[in-house]
Amino acid sequence: MDELVVVISMVGATLRVATPLILAALGGLYAERSGVVDIGLEGKMLGAAFAAAAVAAVSGSALVGLAAAIAVSVALALIHAYASVTHNGNQVVSGMAINIMVAGLAPTLGVAWFHQGGQTPMLKDDARFAPIALPFSRELADVPLLGPLYAEVISGHNLLVYLAVAAVPATAWVVFCTRFGLRLRAVGENPHAVDTAGVSVVWLRYRAMILCGVLCGIAGAYLSTAHSAAFVRDMTAGKGYLALAALIFGKWMPWPTFLACLLFAFTDALQVRLQGVDLFLVGVVPVQFIQAIPYLLTVLLLAGFVGKAAAPRASAIPFVKDR
Amino acid sequence: MIRASLTAIAMAAFAVAAPAAAATIEFSPAVVFDMGGKFDKSFNEAAYAGAERFKKESGVAYREFEVTQEAQRDQGLRNMARRGANMIIAIGFAQATPLEKVAKEYKHARFTIIDAVVDLPNVQSVVFKEHEGSFLVGMAAAMASKTNKVGFIGGMDIPLIRKFALGYVEGAKFVNPAVEVLQNMTGTTPAAWNDPTKGGELARSQFDRGADVIYAAAGGTGVGVLQAAKDGKKFAIGVDSNQNYLHPGTMLTSMVKRVDVAVYEAFKSAQANKWKGGISNLGLKEDGVGYSLDDHNKSLITADMQKRLDQARTDIIAGKLKVTDYTAKK
Repeated sequence: MDELVVVISMVGATLRVATPLILAALGGLYAERSGVVDIGLEGKMLGAAFAAAAVAAVSGSALVGLAAAIAVSVALALIHAYASVTHNGNQVVSGMAINIMVAGLAPTLGVAWFHQGGQTPMLKDDARFAPIALPFSRELADVPLLGPLYAEVISGHNLLVYLAVAAVPATAWVVFCTRFGLRLRAVGENPHAVDTAGVSVVWLRYRAMILCGVLCGIAGAYLSTAHSAAFVRDMTAGKGYLALAALIFGKWMPWPTFLACLLFAFTDALQVRLQGVDLFLVGVVPVQFIQAIPYLLTVLLLAGFVGKAAAPRASAIPFVKDR
Repeated sequence: MIRASLTAIAMAAFAVAAPAAAATIEFSPAVVFDMGGKFDKSFNEAAYAGAERFKKESGVAYREFEVTQEAQRDQGLRNMARRGANMIIAIGFAQATPLEKVAKEYKHARFTIIDAVVDLPNVQSVVFKEHEGSFLVGMAAAMASKTNKVGFIGGMDIPLIRKFALGYVEGAKFVNPAVEVLQNMTGTTPAAWNDPTKGGELARSQFDRGADVIYAAAGGTGVGVLQAAKDGKKFAIGVDSNQNYLHPGTMLTSMVKRVDVAVYEAFKSAQANKWKGGISNLGLKEDGVGYSLDDHNKSLITADMQKRLDQARTDIIAGKLKVTDYTAKK
């Protein structure tokens, strides 16, 4: 029974940590499938986290905060699109510029508005996304094995976690089963063919960036108004880059990317759990080593198992019409 | 002609600057906060409170610098000294090495460092007996726990935080030898002081394993721990500042470390020219550490608990009860 509790809490922790990664990685998937490299995921999430916390603190509503987060994130995505699609700028430079700009701007605005050293005020309970108890979770909790699994793992998360999980099949459907998805994939592989067919490359890439902005916006709002209760400086802590790694690991496909995000989150949960535990035959492993596990695992997996990761062929190459 | 007049202006500027330079011998205080920032609701914020109190009472403004990256500590201290600050307080153990360098170069300036010892004539080192305060909150945790499991979440894995942890464990075991203490450290880099989401996850994992009281000694990371305790309707114990007000009802108590008093006293004694170098080690006896009891948590600390805590406090001060100091153990 004790093992079951451990497993359930690990799965729960994995889902909570994975949520922002999943959302950001899927956002990156739209961008990169359209041929725009986006290392600005980090900055968009951070900007959105700040907007969500600031607006939720003032308005007292998590949903208004979410709307603000999406608006800010989309605006940042459009800046990236304007620089790299309209003006054929270097996509890596533009993405990095967004990351640096937001890392400085968000705490600065925070200092100016809230006078708490770049943080936003602690949010009250009703200004955050509360856990949702799914129907029958209470009644079924006593059923052996499945009961607690349903009550703890499936039920009891907040809206944004469910949204993140739902975004995976939705993305898979959009990218592989719709006309927009077909064109999106085509524009990332061979924009000239798409252009010859009379479809606007620029407009397609703009739409991809807007979708990316929306998803990163939700990820940011999750960080500051669902997972924690305020914005703090640099709270994304590299999650944007981790999402990018998950995207590459998942070969730019929705389901494998989702699994990669879960894997990264799981190693993090495992790391928490292994600290200070007396392992059989090994003894207590130093904290430093345990905390290196997620990174070691990432390097090993990326080097050993990912195989050939083929990026969309036209990614990072600005589209210039043939004359 | 133009050059001549420029020279004249420069000369005039020098003439004005000279008395200004002489005036800097006047009392000019400064604080260099560490990673986590002055609004971490904990360690740095306590220092900020002390500095603000001094400013309000004396009317003397102080300069301040918030370190946001490791490389800035040296810069921050050096800039303060170079710009004429002569009473500089460095907050946090990590500033010891840069401070040692800077203090040797600026011999006229006086430095006070909190949480570390730097053995120089112009440095005053203020350290605390955190293990004594942690012992008391460990007792409170064990008395409040119904599951006989309590948790500890540290910030960066350093001897200072192990000192908190050891005192806490001893306190908990003093009340109930069978109590189990779960321990986690947030990280091994200074970023571990400011990662509330990680703190929240660590706290949840300990709650899932059965702990029902968690002591967070993790600076800004602790904010996430206290929030997780509130969300999970469990108890949390704050650190450094009195954090009881953050979540009344789930904040069992706080291990207060009077960094504010240390900062205030350093400024005040320097202003009165009574400042002295050397080491001061503040424990329960000097009221340098303790547990907080106020309107926000008085319903959680029963009269019986309070009696036992006060008894232990007296015993520790009298030397009848020994708490192991991790940093002195070696």
